[in-house]
Amino acid sequence: MNLFLLLLLLILIFNAIAVVLTKNLLATCLIFMAQSTVMVLVWILLESPDLAITEAAVGAGVSSLLMFITLKKIHVIDEEAGKGGGNHNE
Amino acid sequence: MSNRFRVLRAFFTESESPLDTDQIRTLTGSVPDNRPGDADMLVTHENNIRWSGRNLDNRFEKSKKRITAVYRVFSVLAAVMIIAVLLFTVTDLPSFGGVEKPTQNEVQQRYLEKGLEEGGATNLVANMILDYRAFDTLGESNVLFMAVCTVILLLRISQGDTDRRLREENDDRHFEPKNDLILQTGARVLVPVIQLFGIYVILNGHLGPGGGFSGGAIMGAGLILYLSAFGFARTERFFTFRTFKTVSFTALSFYALSKAYSFFTGANHLPSVITTGTPGAILSAGLILPLNIAVGLVVCCTMYAFYTLFRKGDM
Repeated sequence: MNLFLLLLLLILIFNAIAVVLTKNLLATCLIFMAQSTVMVLVWILLESPDLAITEAAVGAGVSSLLMFITLKKIHVIDEEAGKGGGNHNE
Repeated sequence: MSNRFRVLRAFFTESESPLDTDQIRTLTGSVPDNRPGDADMLVTHENNIRWSGRNLDNRFEKSKKRITAVYRVFSVLAAVMIIAVLLFTVTDLPSFGGVEKPTQNEVQQRYLEKGLEEGGATNLVANMILDYRAFDTLGESNVLFMAVCTVILLLRISQGDTDRRLREENDDRHFEPKNDLILQTGARVLVPVIQLFGIYVILNGHLGPGGGFSGGAIMGAGLILYLSAFGFARTERFFTFRTFKTVSFTALSFYALSKAYSFFTGANHLPSVITTGTPGAILSAGLILPLNIAVGLVVCCTMYAFYTLFRKGDM
């Protein structure tokens, strides 16, 4: 179990560095979501299931959604998606 | 010194509005820098036709480079120092669950030993946040409510502004699939399960892990999924701005009034009608269950309101 926790903590550090170094904003949000998901497992291993539930709902769910919608509003997501889909007329 | 600062500022705003020659002369004229090697720089910037004064441009470039180098060195130094300080502090922290921790004191002992007797909830965390420290939780719920009020102030489109309203509504689903079959089928299966789980987490808050905040967040996330799949036409049947106002206000005032009653009777040693009940039963733990429901409603409405306000500027 200790080894598993160590692995999770290493993933956390890796994710934290990756969030800063990634240029693509959508990918940054996804890594942030992954960070929260790993944190859920860490909270469970640290025996605080209350925090794990809240982290899963708020950290991985709602806050990432708000970031996605902000990226959409400032036209970051559609620029990248528009290259493939060609769905926008601006 | 102030000259350097202005050069720096010009460097950062350069892409927005290029300086004209006179400005560069006034900015860099006092910097005493004219070494050999300028000629080489001049050649490399031969094709830079945006600025006519090449020599001045050259000087400007050099000071710009020097400032960038200094900035980089200092940022690396600052980062290394912060990392060192943090690592040094972390090594001093007590071990996880160790007995020598400063939080191992009579407060924690009291919570663990008398919590079940005084609060009545088998989940001691719920006991702590909704009984011993219920005032903190009231503050937290109010913080959420205030956050929504701020978002409404900043993002809500006024009723009269029909142009903007129409544009936002047309623009809203522009890059999303309308009536997406996969999303709708997934939502049809998942939303009831998510809502049931949220209600379970709220109602089970005093018996096991969970509580008002997490359950409310789960329910809010379920509502958001429903909205993304079926659009505003379906959600507006049961959730409008009016619903949000009513539910948030009722829940917050219920929380404040019931907790005021319990504080009043508790502080004055008056008999209270609220009993702790049998620990473990669903109707037990006094006020914790109703308070959990109130907090859950506030959080659910808050999450949904954040999403709709960010997306459309209205509910």
